[in-house]
Amino acid sequence: MPTRFLPYAKVLVHLLCLVPLFVLLQRYRSGALALDADPVSTITHFTGNWALWLLLVSLAVTPLRRVSPQLSNLIRFRRMLGLYAFLYATLHLATYVFLFSGYDVQAAMDGLRAGHPGVVWENFKLIWPTMLGDVQKRPFIQVGLFSWVILLLLALTSPTFVLRAMGGKNWQRLHYWVYAAAVAACVHFWWLVKAGVRTPWKDTAVLAVLLGARVAWKALDNRRKAGLVASRAA
Amino acid sequence: GEKLNSVASKYTVSDTQTTFQKATNWNNFYEFGTDKTDPAHNAHTLHTRPWTVELSGLVKKKQTVGVDDLLKYRPIESRVYRHRCVEAWSMVIPWDGYSLSELINFAEPLPSAKYVQFISKVDRSQMPELPSGYDWPYSEGLRMDEAMNPLTLLTFGCYGEVLPNQNGAPVRVVIPWKYGFKSAKSIVKIVFTDKQPKTLWNEINSSEYGFYSNVNPQVDHPRWSQGHERRIDTGFLPRTIPTQMFNGYADQVASMYTGMDLKKNY
Repeated sequence: MPTRFLPYAKVLVHLLCLVPLFVLLQRYRSGALALDADPVSTITHFTGNWALWLLLVSLAVTPLRRVSPQLSNLIRFRRMLGLYAFLYATLHLATYVFLFSGYDVQAAMDGLRAGHPGVVWENFKLIWPTMLGDVQKRPFIQVGLFSWVILLLLALTSPTFVLRAMGGKNWQRLHYWVYAAAVAACVHFWWLVKAGVRTPWKDTAVLAVLLGARVAWKALDNRRKAGLVASRAA
Repeated sequence: GEKLNSVASKYTVSDTQTTFQKATNWNNFYEFGTDKTDPAHNAHTLHTRPWTVELSGLVKKKQTVGVDDLLKYRPIESRVYRHRCVEAWSMVIPWDGYSLSELINFAEPLPSAKYVQFISKVDRSQMPELPSGYDWPYSEGLRMDEAMNPLTLLTFGCYGEVLPNQNGAPVRVVIPWKYGFKSAKSIVKIVFTDKQPKTLWNEINSSEYGFYSNVNPQVDHPRWSQGHERRIDTGFLPRTIPTQMFNGYADQVASMYTGMDLKKNY
């Protein structure tokens, strides 16, 4: 892609990444979401799915770049994609905290309107024990939270000045954890569906291909290097 | 749907009723797809007539009865029950039917019959979304005294109408003190046995789905707490409320389990 198109392409990718959020808000405003028996469940799955999908898209950047030198510009979109994955993962977590766990959103809103912001915290304290219990006892929540914490660390260290401050090596070492985050996200998905449900297989297959491509590349690269060494020795 | 003539019943809770819209668009009926919105989209392919129910196993005489005869057999009562899913959401639904005990008495089980098994319809041609990996047909079961308890409802309708297909048409059972999956839908066969029958979810994962599966806030599901439930009724968001022992029906059912360790027999 010619460099002069990059700014436009970036705007386009921003907009594309925001489309799901816009669709969700539109479904809320039109009343379509209210027709769902359990809108919380819909929002949870929606935000969780998009977090995972964007994470997979961001992991596709490196293998795609290797396909053709003309795709090398894609690296300019990787941080953005990762940050949007983090945005949806955070919305997913917020859905759990504020909508799923029994948080009294209405009371908190009323409190805020009446000028008592303390109500927000008071209500949070009420659900805290339930959430703590969930984190202690439920492996699918642990593994999901693990994935989110990694994404948080990657998001916090994503600005260029942080990269410089950390040094390239350290930064790279930390950002390899994105693989753990993606694997954990898939495991989270498998562990939450009921026995016999195989919905997560597509996401898992895509992740396997993306990770497999890296392994294959690495193997080829090693052979090429070994070949070079051998020819030099000869 | 078609209206049913029913009379009000004393078995009616005063909780706010779930809207018809929500109760008929949020179903676990895996034969029509594993998403909770699938059955409402897919179940229209089920033919509910002609429909017969076979009464077999340890009975005086094996017989097959038509669902229209069953409908006329006893007066239809409208009962408002709490419905608690093992996934920790709940609804309040007006069901139409009569006590299963009426049909059991009609079936004349032998004294050796200790359990009742319900077999649901399975027909790939009418269930194109039938997922693989499950031991179809759907099967559920109760101990005889549970099946005879007046609360156990042989159900033909809800909200005063014949059951929508996604809710288990044309005939199902509703057992309000047990998790929802115990209440088998679209029943074609009732078998009386002397041994605890195999039940589908219990066979798949017995640690998550016990044979008894009485609603019990003290026994957690391995993946979530059962202490609370998310009540789906009329609001935009479900309300989180505490779950009651036996789903609030302890008065009528607790005596059947005296002396049993309900943590072991979950």
